[in-house]
Amino acid sequence: MESKHTVSVLVDNEPGVLARVIGLISGRGYNIDSLSVAEVDMESHVSRITFVTLGNEITINKMIAQLQKLIPVKKAINITLDKQGIEREMALVKVVATGEKRVESLRLSDAFRAKVIDTTHDSFVFELNGSPVKIDAFIDLMTPLGLSEVSRTGVVAIARGSEKL
Amino acid sequence: MVSIQLTGAEMVLQAFEDHKVDTLFGYPGGAVLPIYDELAKDKNSIHHYLVRHEQGAAHAAEGYARASGKVGVFLVTSGPGVTNAVTGLADAMMDSIPLVCISGQVPSHLIGTDAFQECDAVGITRPCTKHNWLVKDINDLSRILHEAFYIAASGRPGPVLVDIPKDIQFQTGTYIGPETIKHKSYRPKLKASIDKIDEALKLIVKAQKPVFYTGGGVINSGNAAVQLLREFVRLTGFPITSTLQGLGAFPGDDNQFIGMLGMHGTYEANMAMHDCDLLINIGARFDDRITGKVDEFSPDSKKIHVDIDPSSINKTINVDVPLVGDVAHVLEDAIKLWKSNVYKVDKAAVKNWWSTIEKWKEKDSLGYKNDEKTIKPQYAIQRLYELTKDKDSYITTEVGQHQMWAAQYYKFNKPNRWITSGGLGTMGFGLPAAIGAQVAHPDKLVIDIAGEASILMCIQEMSTAIQHQLPVKIFIINNQYMGMVRQWQELLHDKRYSHSYTDALPDFVKLAEAYGAKGIRVESPAELDKGIQEMIDYNGPVIFDCVVDQNENVYPMIPSGKAHNEMLLGKGNEDSEISDEGKVLV
Repeated sequence: MESKHTVSVLVDNEPGVLARVIGLISGRGYNIDSLSVAEVDMESHVSRITFVTLGNEITINKMIAQLQKLIPVKKAINITLDKQGIEREMALVKVVATGEKRVESLRLSDAFRAKVIDTTHDSFVFELNGSPVKIDAFIDLMTPLGLSEVSRTGVVAIARGSEKL
Repeated sequence: MVSIQLTGAEMVLQAFEDHKVDTLFGYPGGAVLPIYDELAKDKNSIHHYLVRHEQGAAHAAEGYARASGKVGVFLVTSGPGVTNAVTGLADAMMDSIPLVCISGQVPSHLIGTDAFQECDAVGITRPCTKHNWLVKDINDLSRILHEAFYIAASGRPGPVLVDIPKDIQFQTGTYIGPETIKHKSYRPKLKASIDKIDEALKLIVKAQKPVFYTGGGVINSGNAAVQLLREFVRLTGFPITSTLQGLGAFPGDDNQFIGMLGMHGTYEANMAMHDCDLLINIGARFDDRITGKVDEFSPDSKKIHVDIDPSSINKTINVDVPLVGDVAHVLEDAIKLWKSNVYKVDKAAVKNWWSTIEKWKEKDSLGYKNDEKTIKPQYAIQRLYELTKDKDSYITTEVGQHQMWAAQYYKFNKPNRWITSGGLGTMGFGLPAAIGAQVAHPDKLVIDIAGEASILMCIQEMSTAIQHQLPVKIFIINNQYMGMVRQWQELLHDKRYSHSYTDALPDFVKLAEAYGAKGIRVESPAELDKGIQEMIDYNGPVIFDCVVDQNENVYPMIPSGKAHNEMLLGKGNEDSEISDEGKVLV
């Protein structure tokens, strides 16, 4: 059965490495729902690429086997299935509204523990952290209240417990 | 530790020396002139072979690599030099051939400005190389060159490309020798776990209807792997079939060898694959030309798969015992374990299995009706084989019907003698590959079995053969059709031969003469042997125009979307319906 899987890939941070990973995924016919990437070890120049993709366990395993074949890839793992990973995302959400709608958006943001990081008389920018589902829910609620713009980081994920990737 | 000051161009030549490269194929251009300049000054032993098109350089390097077991090296300029090389890189990627391509690039400060003869070489070649690099700092160059040779040749071999901007070729920096360079993370696994090998051997002990299915991985693993495979297969007494790329790993005229398998494999090989209860895949990758319809592929067998590439395991066919490792290492451990545990096969069952196979053999699936007036293409290959088999010849091919007939009717008893484009199926491969093979073995007979359509795709390399005195023989099976296209149109498209007939072919005899080679044309079976002998005896390149029956098809054939036990067996069996799902497959 197809479902969303989050894959973490540790790579040598060298020129073109992101293009290699992304090119392989699209070249072999898979799709990416979200993507985030940053260097996570400044000394040994290792980057962590996290992406969410749709597929069943077998196709994800094949994709991971292909990723591991890339020379700069040190490790690739299905965080969702193999590690019951914790997934978080951050979003910046702009709501443009006045009057009752403006008050309601602020009230709801409080319930979601979103922070107001910019405001004018007729707008807010909220900063919100949480699971992708929580962010989806917040965006749904803001839509009728004057949702204007959304920027999301894409999912980052890490395994539970003491084990290291 | 070697650490000397050199220019970028000097470093390239120094790296060649350090990696024992004495042969180079290439074509000069603006962005590689500094390296070419070093080649002119070079007093060492590097032989540069000037091709006539960069695709030819890539295929020649492939032919050289496959005939010699070494890494093939070639040198091209920026822009069109690189784009012309792409087909060869993709070909080597599909067939796991170790190549190092050095490409020139426009100077660093012009990269990204749409400069003259600029292209994004690493971007374009990323999916068709095992790895590639754009060199941005002269002090990275020696490390990158050493990594390039290491990555190309180790693990599952493949092509790599090093793109060097012209200013880097001129700059001076520190060259560090190869002995201290180790890649940060790339370490292919060579040995499989002993427990897994033992699990595989226990399946072999129990097997009633086993078959070995071996591929190019055995040949890539090297001569030790070939010897160990032969020992292991003889130890068990099991039948063995081979993929197109694996031919020669096991002697083609041995009794245990039941012929090539797959789309144009023998009846007995495909039936054995379908009916077996144990399938032992050594160095092959369950390619779609082998499996036919995946759902009905070898339905009742346990499967063992030896492959150095973990991503090949369970890619298209799920296996019971995966053995990830180098063929030679795995077989060495397997044979040791087999002997020390005093394992024995079920001889009675295997004998029964052989008698089933013998019955299949009686179908004589490679049989064809010979003719006295026109040359049958199968007969032409058979005669070529009979007249050259004592000569340790090297055979390359183009792609199409002639390639399949060559695979079916030419028997290979040694590895590295059979050089063909399998995965990518590149028309135009055979002539430059033959040039590469001839460079590797100057005194051996090298024949490109070609079609009249394929040969025209890289015919310009005739000049290369003449210039460098490489006596390659081009044996054209000339049926005036793109034969395999015609065959598919006959079977799948109601005989509408859309654009598969070639009008206005050149006169191949005159063409040979125009290049300074010898041309021979034979049109009747009676003259065939004499013509072939004349070709063999001539000391120089020959184009042999063998005019054959225009309507022969390659049989047996597993039509698209069919299973192994649904083969078409030549004349009289052609009416079998091909489903609509089958027609969309290639």
